Amino acid sequence: MFGKLTLSAIPFNVPIVMGAVAFMVLGAIAVLALITYLGKWKWLWTEWLTSVDHKKIGVMYLILATIMLLRGFADAVMMRSQQALAYGSNVGYLPPEHFDQVFSAHGTIMIFFMAMPFIIGLMNCILPLQIGARDVAFPMLNNLSFWLTAAGAVLVNVSLAIGNFSRTGWLAYPPLSELHYSPGVGVDYYIWALQISGIGTTLSGVNFITTILKMRAPGMTLMRMPVFTWASLCANILIVAAFPVLTVTLALLTMDRYLGMHFFTNSLGGDPMMYLNLIWIWGHPEVYILMLPLFGVYSEIVPTFSGKPLFGYASMVYATMAIALLSMLVWLHHFFTMGSGADVNAFFGITTMIIAVPTGVKIFNWIFTMYRGRVRFETPMLWTIGFLITFTIGGMSGVLLAEPPADFVLHNSLFLVAHFHNVIIGGVVFGVFAALAYWFPKIFGFRLNERIGRWAFWCWFIGFYVAFMPLYALGLMGATRRMDHYDVAAWHPLFIVAAIGSGIIFCGIILQLVQLVVSIRDRELTRDVTGDVWNGRTLEWSLPSPVPAYNFARIPVVRSLDAFWDMKQRGVNLKSATFVPIHMPRNSGTGIIMAGFAFLVAFAMVWHIWWLAVAGLAGVLVTLIRHAFNDDRDYHLGADEVRRIEGLHGRVQARSM
Amino acid sequence: MTRNLWSRFSRFLPLPATVLLSGCHAALLDPKGPIGAAERSIILTSTGLMLLIVIPVIVLVLVVAWRYRASNTKAKYEPEWSHSNKIEAVMWSVPIIIVGILGVIAWRTSHQLDPFRPIASTVKPVHIDAVALDWKWLFIYPDQHVASVNEVALPVGVPVVFHITSATVMNSFFIPRLGSQIYAMANMQTADNLVASAPGTYRGISANFSGDGFSGMTFKAVAMSAADYKQWLAKAAASKQSLDGTAYLALDKPSENVPVAFYSHVTPGLFEQIVQGKFAPGSMQADMAMNSARRD
Repeated sequence: MFGKLTLSAIPFNVPIVMGAVAFMVLGAIAVLALITYLGKWKWLWTEWLTSVDHKKIGVMYLILATIMLLRGFADAVMMRSQQALAYGSNVGYLPPEHFDQVFSAHGTIMIFFMAMPFIIGLMNCILPLQIGARDVAFPMLNNLSFWLTAAGAVLVNVSLAIGNFSRTGWLAYPPLSELHYSPGVGVDYYIWALQISGIGTTLSGVNFITTILKMRAPGMTLMRMPVFTWASLCANILIVAAFPVLTVTLALLTMDRYLGMHFFTNSLGGDPMMYLNLIWIWGHPEVYILMLPLFGVYSEIVPTFSGKPLFGYASMVYATMAIALLSMLVWLHHFFTMGSGADVNAFFGITTMIIAVPTGVKIFNWIFTMYRGRVRFETPMLWTIGFLITFTIGGMSGVLLAEPPADFVLHNSLFLVAHFHNVIIGGVVFGVFAALAYWFPKIFGFRLNERIGRWAFWCWFIGFYVAFMPLYALGLMGATRRMDHYDVAAWHPLFIVAAIGSGIIFCGIILQLVQLVVSIRDRELTRDVTGDVWNGRTLEWSLPSPVPAYNFARIPVVRSLDAFWDMKQRGVNLKSATFVPIHMPRNSGTGIIMAGFAFLVAFAMVWHIWWLAVAGLAGVLVTLIRHAFNDDRDYHLGADEVRRIEGLHGRVQARSM
Repeated sequence: MTRNLWSRFSRFLPLPATVLLSGCHAALLDPKGPIGAAERSIILTSTGLMLLIVIPVIVLVLVVAWRYRASNTKAKYEPEWSHSNKIEAVMWSVPIIIVGILGVIAWRTSHQLDPFRPIASTVKPVHIDAVALDWKWLFIYPDQHVASVNEVALPVGVPVVFHITSATVMNSFFIPRLGSQIYAMANMQTADNLVASAPGTYRGISANFSGDGFSGMTFKAVAMSAADYKQWLAKAAASKQSLDGTAYLALDKPSENVPVAFYSHVTPGLFEQIVQGKFAPGSMQADMAMNSARRD
């Protein structure tokens, strides 16, 4: 009846896991109880969970990403403390079978359920506003994408309580991830969590490409798009190009594990090397899917806080496109040590280095944007300067790793771990925090506390260097990644320093949570009444904060790059005297219900509960078909209602006649 | 506030240097063979070349941000300036030049230091077969018919040709102080050409995660004089344990933190049989191989 699932799947005998589970369950119960107490269930369902408003979906993505950041960081702290302890006769507190789950979960969560939701959340919150659109192209699909991602995230966390997670690293290389070497449910949790969230991501990609290409305001030609929009376009093209490869690769691994096939096994002609190629054909573009939108973010922040247009806009656009194209041509640098031969290695080494050219150009663009400007050092700009310094160092170690012979000794070492944290924390995470500080007033209508934000920045910035510079040194000392224990005395002090670094970052995270609480408490003091807190340049700043459901009461006409700056220069009046009804999409429960059924399918597949898998699949299909026959999916917001809402923001022009 | 920022930066800049200096016992910066030495020089040369641009960029970021801070009203402010062909030409060409040089280095050294490429030498090379098992390394000396677990001896100054495979999941064969690593994969044979230039005991590892016993999957690579090497082989040949198919299958069973062991009388062709998957778990030939091994 329950397949492989029995009560023994719950690890009652592992106190650390049960503690974490208790924490999560109690947290969830507290939230649910609070909602019930406040009588907010109906409000939550109609205003948020079923919302097709891109801004609300964006906020839900950001909340998901924040929670997953905490979970992933808890894993990081466990790894750092284990490695600080487990030297010589001390085996630390995590046995290998637990430690291996921790690093696998850390990587999986941070990439798929922290970084991806952050960037897709930011795109959702801002992108339609920047191009003068009223929503994304497919609002219901957008809601479904979010819930599929959330379902994947929930599945990963369920693995903590029921069964266990994968012990094969964040990319589950076979043959280790094959049934013979990983007979438990861990890899299955990994596969199904990634499959459902991956489908959600692919659908997001389709949605945003269509939105950007078809829904720009009149006059906004491609070369007048804000750079964040450009970078998001490139990232979404990469999503649509690369994520199907992930889906297929995982499907092949699934067939190996469930149907006894031999795509990647050791025996009967299986070829694990094929998996490495396929997973990195997705995996390298994935890195740029994360990075490019944040290059876009920096390109918004630097001009705004320098009081100047972006230097070399065209260069920036071409550089972004060049990076997107090149990112598809470098996957083999993740396994120079597989023995592909000198010609192949050299080819991929050189294509990798070439990426440094457009990336370097971007850095110069940002510097020359500040040049002869009036630079204000508010938190978004602090994160940006932290990024410029940190990312440059990370880029340098990246180009070094692209030299195949250097990689022969640095591959899989802690030098590599330091490198990709250097670019992902220094580039992606700093970028996300910069973006949140920058756009928070637009999204929520009030500012984040500046002083605490600054402290948080310094903790993260210093903590990053203390945590990861020792890993560079450890890599040069021959320390490889993923060790639960080691016996080299010289490494021990550096691991301790790295653990201290993670403690400093922890302070940064705590400060960010405090910042959020304090900012909400003080929201009346920092309320954004103009809609343009930073003296912005792009269209989102022309709207009131928070932005009304329909975004633009009147679709703007774009005459140049930095459209809002141009409007301000010309003194365009943002108020309207006459209003027209606005065509709006209706909220839909289809997304959350379909994703709920998809979750059941995934959970059932993990535990081989076949009847539930079939039932879940039927549920997905029936929900989809029901939605297809639902004609009541839109409505018109009356002109009077639009006038009323605009009036709240002081955007109604009194008629002089 | 900006003054504060600068003072914190300046306090902070020496950190990478300290970290690099702490590499006095950094295995990769103190190699004991020409392959490792060549790789170190690539690391140092490339880093140096990149620092030529990275240091100025970081300085430029700080200087420009500081000079054009909003409170510095003396600095020139050009609110519309956003394009200069000259600057653009420089900022595209400088990275192109550096990457061009690094690209040439990459192409040439990828070929020179290809792990499969035999090391030119007047001395006849030594052949050693390495097998990654769960979770230990088996070394077979095919010409001397001896084998060892988690210890490999190599004569100083003599090129060693390692033929490498795995009887289990993917691993990576790596002796950091000698240079290049290469993956160990089942049903596949990779090669690593290394040479030790000084006697000593060097740490050997698997550099690719392979399961629960991974951290203990280390071995000693002992570089020794020709005489010591001969003695080492004699010691192995004197071992009471011999290595035939049956003994191999017993060794193949997963075990962790395995102590050093020696084997004499290694069945000829054992390594080739392992590469062909004759002993592979789950393979249809496993039982047959077991039987034929017994007949040997």
